[in-house]
Amino acid sequence: MAVILRTTIPRHLIIAMAVLLVAVLGLSVYAWNMRKTAAATPVASTDTRPLAPPVAGPTERATLYVAHDDDGTLRPEFALIPLPSGRQQRAEELLRALLSRYLDKSSPHVLGPGADIHSVFLVDPGVAVIDLNGAFANTHRSGVLVEDLTIASLIHTISANTPGILKVKILVDGQERDTLAGHADLSSFYDVPAVNQLATQLQSAQ
Amino acid sequence: MRWTKYPGRGCARTVGLLPAVRSASRGSAHILGGLILIVVTSVSVFAIFLLAATPEKHLAVYSVVANYSLPLVQREGRAYVGLLEVLEPLGTVSAKSEGPRWRLRYNNVEGDFQIGKSHARVQGRDADLAGKFFVENGRGIIPVTALGSLLPRFLGGPVTLHEASGRLFIGSVGTHFTASLSADNPPRLVFHFSAPVNPTVATEPGALRMTFSREPVVAPASPTLTFGNKIIPSAIYSESNGAAVVTVNAAIPVIASFSNDGRTVTISATSASSSNPTSTGGQNAAPPTQEATGTPPPVQPTPAPAVPTAVSRRYFAVVDASHGGDDHGETLSPTLLEKDVTVALAHSLRQELESRGIPTLVLRDSDANLSLDQRATFANASRSAIYIALHASTGGRGVRVYTALLPLGGDDRGAFRAWTTAQHAALPLSQITANAVAAEFQKRQIPVRTLTAPLRPLNNVIGPAIAVEVAPQGSDFSQLTAPDYQQLVTSAVATAIAATRDQLGSAP
Repeated sequence: MAVILRTTIPRHLIIAMAVLLVAVLGLSVYAWNMRKTAAATPVASTDTRPLAPPVAGPTERATLYVAHDDDGTLRPEFALIPLPSGRQQRAEELLRALLSRYLDKSSPHVLGPGADIHSVFLVDPGVAVIDLNGAFANTHRSGVLVEDLTIASLIHTISANTPGILKVKILVDGQERDTLAGHADLSSFYDVPAVNQLATQLQSAQ
Repeated sequence: MRWTKYPGRGCARTVGLLPAVRSASRGSAHILGGLILIVVTSVSVFAIFLLAATPEKHLAVYSVVANYSLPLVQREGRAYVGLLEVLEPLGTVSAKSEGPRWRLRYNNVEGDFQIGKSHARVQGRDADLAGKFFVENGRGIIPVTALGSLLPRFLGGPVTLHEASGRLFIGSVGTHFTASLSADNPPRLVFHFSAPVNPTVATEPGALRMTFSREPVVAPASPTLTFGNKIIPSAIYSESNGAAVVTVNAAIPVIASFSNDGRTVTISATSASSSNPTSTGGQNAAPPTQEATGTPPPVQPTPAPAVPTAVSRRYFAVVDASHGGDDHGETLSPTLLEKDVTVALAHSLRQELESRGIPTLVLRDSDANLSLDQRATFANASRSAIYIALHASTGGRGVRVYTALLPLGGDDRGAFRAWTTAQHAALPLSQITANAVAAEFQKRQIPVRTLTAPLRPLNNVIGPAIAVEVAPQGSDFSQLTAPDYQQLVTSAVATAIAATRDQLGSAP
């Protein structure tokens, strides 16, 4: 066989073929590794990106009420957020800033991948409607306390920074839903003073 | 076990006496012998009297592995017990003496004790013994008081010590009972036990006594159960020296009969007295004292009580095992769903409540779909004094007790009560109950918080309503399915409900 190769195929072609063969094998191993790495990487990591800040509006100091799962508390955190002048856009940006905190890698209260807020509507007199996306509710962890924290965080943050809100309704993909993730009731309007009391309870670990 | 035998010293010998002296002293020897005989007899009688007057104290230990009894010894005015003997039937245990140190190993847990010290180290952590540690004949003995705090460290689970009565319960082994009086003439008192029992039954004028020395029978909410009946007015629960005793006071001669594999004991009139139901007992009506030990008397068929006692005519508590059917609740682990844990908790809570004489309805007893509206409707229709929803979670530690999150102003319109805020009028009582439950958890050193929550159907229930969310005490989620932990939680809730019973019962 070797004799045949030497006599019929030029030497430089054999070398070129051998080099190509090694390259093909090397690329195959590399592709195999890439595939394994991609499979092992959770999809969530691609979704935990901070949301884009608004393009316009002066930066203002706002108080976000951030849920902490480790001790089941709600803690105020101050943030400088570019806020537009319109009340409705302002409320939306506040909640987006809160969500970006939850979707961050160091989140103290992890939300599911892709969780987002479609929009916030402010309806006079004093009613706010928060429209969450499906991923927010569908991937939310189930449990009385963990859902209680999410509700209190959203409503207390929006009401503390947007005066005049007395009631809040939460929708999912524009539709009414019974519960957030099996526990927290979404079928009724939330009374803001009552939620503020709950937020006060949650700010204490005991 | 090794026994050392000591030679007897009961006889004396007289040697080397001369015959004259022997004859002269014969009379005095007889007198002396008589005196010695009198003294020995007196001492023996006194010793027997003493032993009879002070029976040996025992510690009865109840566990899922074995029930056993251990002798107690008195040291420095305290009751002591051998620690190795307590642990030996429960697992692999070994002990080693090294000078003043005494080391004990139970399964993988090591304890280090020192003679004369009132502190020990278990798994490297300090443990208070509440008294000095002694080693006697190679046996390490500790004050009985210390068992309550020391054993959980070795066993890894809760124990309940009834120190005064010498009873130790390891895990959730308690046998609970309820008592109800039928409306027959003469009435029958029916005891339902959560496990088969085989007490020693003794009768005496005006009373029948059942002594449970082998069974872990535990007290009802009140030690005295009154039935408002002249013939069988009351039953009293007591504990002493490792046994539980239930004394039924009766104005007519009564007997006990067993049925339902020993789970039901019916106290009824003897055939002689039942033919004369108007007899109102006293000394003359009571039968001569009889004792029946061992096997229960011949079983008479015991139908269920026709009419329960007044208190059981309506359910005092409604226990709701949350979720169920398609609604799994939280997925606690790949193989454990919240809906399954809540059913187990509900069963445990019903047992705990009923053992305290609180009639209880469990809303969901199986894996059934039950809507939130249906749950509220059932709770409202039952007109129960308290509604308790049970949840389980892996989030956080310990227990959370919730009341409804309601608008501060209320939503009622005129004569109508809004469905979403039906809880409004009962909320203050719900909060009192939640605080009582939380206080009971604090007493048992279980982390607890009281919160409001937008948790249906709490807001739709018209009577006092709370929700209890149970999380593990540590990071071990399997604790949620541990019967010991479940009983620890449910007994705390039941104790608090029993304590607030008067307030809840008076609610409109």
